[in-house]
Amino acid sequence: MIVADKKPIEEIIENVKNNKDILILGCNECVTVCEAGGKKEVGVLASALRMYFLNHGHEVRIDEITLQRQCDHEYLEEIRDRIDQYDAVVSLACGVGVQFTAEKYHATPIYPGVNTCFLGVTEARGLWTERCQACGQCILATTGGICPVSRCAKRILNGPCGGSTGGKCEINKEIDCAWQLIIDRLTALDRLDDYETLCPIKDWSTDRAGGPRKVSREDLQL
Amino acid sequence: MRLQYPIGIRVVRVPCTGKVDVLYILHAFEKGADGVYLVGCLEGGCHYNSGNIKARNRVEQARKILDVIGVGGQRVEMYNLSSSDGPLFADYATEMNGRIQEMGPNPIKLARKKQAA
Amino acid sequence: MSVETPSRLEKILAAGHLAVTSECGPPRGSDPEGITKKAEMIKAHVDAINITDNQTSVTRLCSLAACIRLKLMGLEPVLQMVTRDRNRIALQSDILGAASFDINNILCLSGDHQSFGDCPQGQNVHDLDSMQLLQTVSYMRDAGKFLGGDDIQRPPQMFVGAAANPFADPFEIRIPRLAKKIAAGAEFIQTQCIYNLDKFEHWMQLVRDRGLHEKVHILAGLTPLKSAGMARYMKNRVPGMDVPDDIVKRMADTPKEKQADEGVNICVESIERLKEVEGVSGFHVMAIEWEEKVPEIVERTGLYPRPVVE
Repeated sequence: MIVADKKPIEEIIENVKNNKDILILGCNECVTVCEAGGKKEVGVLASALRMYFLNHGHEVRIDEITLQRQCDHEYLEEIRDRIDQYDAVVSLACGVGVQFTAEKYHATPIYPGVNTCFLGVTEARGLWTERCQACGQCILATTGGICPVSRCAKRILNGPCGGSTGGKCEINKEIDCAWQLIIDRLTALDRLDDYETLCPIKDWSTDRAGGPRKVSREDLQL
Repeated sequence: MRLQYPIGIRVVRVPCTGKVDVLYILHAFEKGADGVYLVGCLEGGCHYNSGNIKARNRVEQARKILDVIGVGGQRVEMYNLSSSDGPLFADYATEMNGRIQEMGPNPIKLARKKQAA
Repeated sequence: MSVETPSRLEKILAAGHLAVTSECGPPRGSDPEGITKKAEMIKAHVDAINITDNQTSVTRLCSLAACIRLKLMGLEPVLQMVTRDRNRIALQSDILGAASFDINNILCLSGDHQSFGDCPQGQNVHDLDSMQLLQTVSYMRDAGKFLGGDDIQRPPQMFVGAAANPFADPFEIRIPRLAKKIAAGAEFIQTQCIYNLDKFEHWMQLVRDRGLHEKVHILAGLTPLKSAGMARYMKNRVPGMDVPDDIVKRMADTPKEKQADEGVNICVESIERLKEVEGVSGFHVMAIEWEEKVPEIVERTGLYPRPVVE
């Protein structure tokens, strides 16, 4: 899922300090799972902002709405009849949702309330780690299901580099060396011979480098 | 035990401090409470395993927020005691009451009064 | 192995001599003396001089410019090229830049992560990795084409090298990794500096078992220790480094003012021992910021004067 982390309240206050009618808009999916932008976090932020503004003698109305998602037209439409009441929206959705909301309601300032971090997994409550960088050409079949693009700090496709120590990455002892993981996995799958197959030079044009990306499925378009 | 503890403390009973949500704490302050404190079982002795640990985490969360927004993180506190320890309950009440007296009223209360005027 | 390029290093190895290379780090400024002075110190005692490429991600004068400096002095450079800072366009371009000055040796590396250096907030590129860079240089030379398929006017004539670390983790893929580099185009190898001679000889045995010593020239890397403190630092703080306890002890037991000499002694003894190891084609003496010791080390190990080749 998309993993995000709450922005510091001070940063959000800086954006909306002159507004009078603020909507805190949450999202019921990824940011709820990573406890950064769901209904609960919306409530906490709204309460905190109300108290802040009261303290500063500033009269503000702060409303709370949590949509199912902010990346589909249907859900964003649900607020069309009320959006004009607000002079600012703080969206706690990931960067995708913030942008889509802004596209839909382009006369209303939409501010991000979280930092969108990466595509990852919930390793444990309160601990999320990166797994995928959406390179557009998945090579997991050849690497035993472990991605060197997202999990190797140098995205080396024929690794490990000389800095791998005790199964950990040279940049941080807490980070596993992706290539150690791959080798362990290939060994467990009895496919260590595959290690010597050279991974060819990658086509990065389906990655960020190729520009903003698109998937268009004509078989689904009416 | 009929021990004395300060007036002005409103006791809200919950089956476990783990029931207390961060929002309850924040809303209490929003509505004008000068201080909020939780009294839970001793750590390791929670009837529901780790409810009191979660409560402590939430108190910490609330504390950080209250500091940032200028209400004051010291207005919220977590205490642990054995459910039979009457004297300690009274001590904590006195301690917290003393702290809040020193900090003064919740600025939100004053701000609301001003607004209503 | 027959000689393919005008590289002097390749010719010396092909003729069966033990090759000697060393390394210079460019200055953190634009004064060419930062290179020329170091090169002057060692030029008569080595066959080729490696120029590091923003090593440890610390921004320095670029390897290519420093190699050109060496070339203008009439010396033989080895261009170290990391994939961290340049995409495939820049890599191919710099290779041609080097070839235009008839720089005939290249060492293909990934490069240390930028978090170690002076610009930890920068991007890293790694458009290619070190294996793919080996393939690229070989392809440019042998097919005479760019990666994109167009012909190269005057293709590079480079002797292609890679690094190997017999002491890195995991040990079980050290040999497959070497085989992979050879398949990708590596013709010579310079190893990480060696202190654990037993482990290195064990690695060489595995290399010979697979016949890899006949497919690639291996230059054993050595760095003389300056002090017991340096020995401890290398042991504990440098990833992929194996410094046995008895080496640290030997340095520590030596009085402080004699430790540098002892470090050179250890280096000399190591070379003497490794000369006898089948498959070792030469030595890569990395006396970092201590270049003045290189001539002494080369002379004491009987490797001076350097052979002259056509």
